[in-house]
Amino acid sequence: MNIFDKMMSFDRRWVFLFLAVICVAAYVAGIRIPILAEPEVTSIFRFIDTLPKGSIVFVPMDYDPGSMAELHPMTYAIVEQCWRKEIKVLITALSQNGPGMVDQALRDIADSMKVPRTYNGVSYPAREVVNGVDYAFLGYKPYPAMVILGLGQDFRLPFPLDYYGTPLDSLPMMRGAHNYDDIACAINISGTNATDYWISYGQGRYGFKLAIGVTGVSTAQYYPFLGSGQIFGIMGGMLGAAQYEKLADNPGNATAAMPIQLAAHVVIIAFVIMGNVGYFMTRRQQKRQQAVGR
Amino acid sequence: MEFSTFLWTTFAAFLTLCIFSFLYKDNPFYKFAEHLFVGLSAGYFAMILWHNGLIPKLMFERLDDGHPYFLYLDSTKPWYLIPAALGALMWTRFSQKYSWISRWPLAMYIGIGAGTAVPLEMRARVNQQLSAMMADINWASFFGHGNVNLLDPNSGLSQLIVFVGALCALIYFYFSKAHTGIIGGMAKLGIWILMIGFGASFGFTVMARVSLFINRMQFLDQQWIRGAHDAANPNYHWGYPVAFYVVVLGMLLYVFYELASHLSAKKKAKTGTAA
Repeated sequence: MNIFDKMMSFDRRWVFLFLAVICVAAYVAGIRIPILAEPEVTSIFRFIDTLPKGSIVFVPMDYDPGSMAELHPMTYAIVEQCWRKEIKVLITALSQNGPGMVDQALRDIADSMKVPRTYNGVSYPAREVVNGVDYAFLGYKPYPAMVILGLGQDFRLPFPLDYYGTPLDSLPMMRGAHNYDDIACAINISGTNATDYWISYGQGRYGFKLAIGVTGVSTAQYYPFLGSGQIFGIMGGMLGAAQYEKLADNPGNATAAMPIQLAAHVVIIAFVIMGNVGYFMTRRQQKRQQAVGR
Repeated sequence: MEFSTFLWTTFAAFLTLCIFSFLYKDNPFYKFAEHLFVGLSAGYFAMILWHNGLIPKLMFERLDDGHPYFLYLDSTKPWYLIPAALGALMWTRFSQKYSWISRWPLAMYIGIGAGTAVPLEMRARVNQQLSAMMADINWASFFGHGNVNLLDPNSGLSQLIVFVGALCALIYFYFSKAHTGIIGGMAKLGIWILMIGFGASFGFTVMARVSLFINRMQFLDQQWIRGAHDAANPNYHWGYPVAFYVVVLGMLLYVFYELASHLSAKKKAKTGTAA
């Protein structure tokens, strides 16, 4: 067995082990790499950044713990940015295993608001975020397509009560908010196909401004909607989250993960090249042997 | 972090390690974590549906006397009985004799779904996408006028790439004419366009999978390992490191057991071959 045959029959568990070692080493080393924000992420940040106080941003968080690695950093960066700028946030969780996780995330972000911070040179004082005043969490309802259509008529139609059982009419924030006409934009953070529904049934039917934050797996399939203007921004996976954190000057887990991503990608590219060299050289040898046999 | 919270964190860390152990090979720890996850997800989903779907619409509305009532209906919404009855008919699938009745709610559901989806999906996924593909190409940007940023979707080059790319990719799937001559060349370019698309998807998928690993690594380090050794925690006591090292020791013992089994199997195979 020559080196190329060995390359082709390399046990994949060595690849996993090598990748894990490289990732842990990059994590421990704590190196930093520059993060460049792309226009599709910048457009979301700029839009929120220029909204007046008291505007409502609708953030449907349609993901569950399986996607939180990539999507939680987006949620944390966007919601904190909104609250620091005194923009109200309306939230749904249309993924069945998501509501408890979203509730926990909102509590975490509300806790971080109790500390004064400076972002992009602007100082923000500590403040208490109040449920019903600064945000409303509507929770989960089955069949996202129907829920999205219902929300377009009146938020109270699919959600007469919020996640905590309070009637929507008794929440101060919801007094002037009836449907999509009363929101500045929607930023769908999703790990499911709910994004398709938001594009077709939400933006397509009601024409509100929509941006999306999706997992890496589904990022490429949503770029055509950016080109057609159906969405005004897209954050793709952990990279999109890191870019948003960079723009918001609020580095979190996504920013910390980028050097590890870089190291892991270098290793994977090396293994892809190795596999391809092995494949082509083995094929060449087989062809030569066949030619000699004839 | 309180000790009870830390115990749950330790359990989560244990489950994380159980799941990762599958990368070596299938084993009882992985099976345990997998079954627990499936069971918990199903149970959680059922309860979420019950409390967010059925209860607010139909059941167990409490009256002033404080007693729960099954199927108490809000008198202002009696029409909720219709979908409730249709939903109940779905359960006839469990009877061989009456399972045909379940086709009625299914027919209704499919009819509503198709009626809603067809016009909206046509508009969002076909008409608007076609319209974007056929947008006037900004030729001026090729000569340094207007939008010259080639990465911008509204630049002339991007528009040209989208138009030619979409056309060639569609021609690749056009089988009514042999792929020779110009059609063959366009189909070949179409394959390249598709491959670039798949490559982009693959790259993003790799990033997504690595992200999951990084997130678990951050969890193990920031919450579990540091939590076990956080002497600044006012609730800290000997139980924290004990819980941590019990899991670590258990995992190490399993790794040694697996290694010993592997080496002994290898030795046996060698002895058998020699004999």
